[in-house]
Amino acid sequence: MKTISANNSFLNLVFTFLGGVPLLFIIAPLAGMYLSTSFGSLGEAIGSEEVRGSIWLSLWTSMAGTILFSFLAIPLSYLLARKNFRFKNLVNGIIDVPIIIPHSAAGIAVLGIITRDSFLGRTGELFGIKFIGNPAGIILAMAFVSIPFLINAARDGFAAVPERLEKIALTLGASPLRVFFTISLPLAWRSILSGFILMWGRGMSEFGAVIIVAYNPQTAPILIYERFTSYGLKYAMPAAVLFVTVCLLIFIALRIVRRKK
Amino acid sequence: MLVVDNISLKAGTFELTNITFTVDQGDYFVILGISGVGKSLLLESIAGLIKINSGNIYLRGKNISEEKIQKRNISIVYQDTDLFPHLTVFENIAYPLRSKREKDIEEKVLKTAELVGVSDKLSRKPDTLSGGEYQRVALARSLAADNDIFLLDEPLSSLDAKSKRELRALLRKLNRSGITIIHVTHDYEEAVSLAGKIGIMEKGNLVHVATPENIFKHPKSEFVAQFIGIKNFLPGKLKSLPQSDLKEFIVNETRLFCLTEADDGDAFLLIQPEEISISNSAESGSARNHFEGEIIDIARAKIGVEVTVDIGCEVVALISAESMNSLGLKIGNRIWTNFKASACRIYN
Repeated sequence: MKTISANNSFLNLVFTFLGGVPLLFIIAPLAGMYLSTSFGSLGEAIGSEEVRGSIWLSLWTSMAGTILFSFLAIPLSYLLARKNFRFKNLVNGIIDVPIIIPHSAAGIAVLGIITRDSFLGRTGELFGIKFIGNPAGIILAMAFVSIPFLINAARDGFAAVPERLEKIALTLGASPLRVFFTISLPLAWRSILSGFILMWGRGMSEFGAVIIVAYNPQTAPILIYERFTSYGLKYAMPAAVLFVTVCLLIFIALRIVRRKK
Repeated sequence: MLVVDNISLKAGTFELTNITFTVDQGDYFVILGISGVGKSLLLESIAGLIKINSGNIYLRGKNISEEKIQKRNISIVYQDTDLFPHLTVFENIAYPLRSKREKDIEEKVLKTAELVGVSDKLSRKPDTLSGGEYQRVALARSLAADNDIFLLDEPLSSLDAKSKRELRALLRKLNRSGITIIHVTHDYEEAVSLAGKIGIMEKGNLVHVATPENIFKHPKSEFVAQFIGIKNFLPGKLKSLPQSDLKEFIVNETRLFCLTEADDGDAFLLIQPEEISISNSAESGSARNHFEGEIIDIARAKIGVEVTVDIGCEVVALISAESMNSLGLKIGNRIWTNFKASACRIYN
């Protein structure tokens, strides 16, 4: 007769094998990319001002979008976590829309609101801000497709903060604003930081929406795509490896910071 | 000071109906009731955490029914999960303090921490505190807020016996210093031990408000009557005896020996009826209390028979019907009651 633990070991073995396949599916292409890139070509990519510039553009535009929109996304997340109102489910659904629509369509949608004929386009021009073919447009396109990650993570973070603590803080004479900044925000900070990292990462790797709003200046994903279509896999690979490496290093560093907090 | 005037509210499946009571400055008011009768809801409605549907709440003559939570000057301390987990003990106590001078804040925190006995825990985070320490810090934070009233929601429920005893002493000390406390509990011993006035709560109603003595001597509700032991609930004075671990509890002219750590002075004594034995002569065992008295009542109880004996004060003994028959007990008979000093529970 088999014991329970023997059955469990068999199940664990099967699950480990099955679970290993998707893990391999993620690791293998990346590892293959690294293995087929020589140090020489990687050095050339590092030395290329065009490659460095595109990576830097991806990093800062995505960061700018994440910081800018976090001032709006975090209050919305708090409301969604704490308040019940009509059409709340609809609002939650709308927030997820950018995740499910094709990103080229997302780019078209963003383009629609930033053309010279649109309100935003006209207002921007009044202040000398151009969106199309400009970092400002890239920021909007990146934020559009990545903001759900921040809102959802922050909402879950606020929801996990016991409401009782906020109420106790009120009974101690704190204003609702003080309660938000001293209790709710610090306690939800870990989730917010996770959402922040996800939004930034998702934004900087965006291709479909960005290429429609701004082919130039080129972000890293567009540069990699252009090198691939113009010169082939071998020429695109070093820039891709460099971009992936930068992304990985930043994410590892941020996750360490998050864990320490 | 606090007047709760005919308030009613509905929150989910809980409901409060026409609750009215008054708490004076310096009172220790305990709301006693089993779980799920709406005790916490009542506290939260006083604090403003839940809106009442009708009625009014007055604090120092001012109607605060619509007042914002942060303007009510009412603190609430729960059973647990009260402290802000990301702040140290110092920061928790300092939270209500808004002085611009850091020195003032530090002084107040140190003074408050000393009062509740957590001076050596100021740099600790809440998750490293024991249950008793945790509740002391929660009380210190409420003290620092200088609010008019403390609302305590089962603050001792999750503590061990020693911490409970220490916390009770602290609560009495705070109350003696003039702090008005409303405390909800399901534990009648806790209520007796602390209350100046008790309100019995049943199914969303406050059915009886009176002194502990009146509540247990003349119970108006099934709930109070359910507590076995309340029959022998005697007010009196506790006095230490020289060169003895026993203390003397004086009720009327009768002097009972008690084994207790309670403080000398005014107190209540509780003896469970089943702890009292009846005999035709004084027993010679380890029991330190032997009193001769007259049987004034014999009544059939749910289990066994309750025999009421006048020994200078009335005590009720629970014995079996078989014992009653073998002793030939009748009203008017003189018999002996015997009970151990350790069976006497004293509440200051």
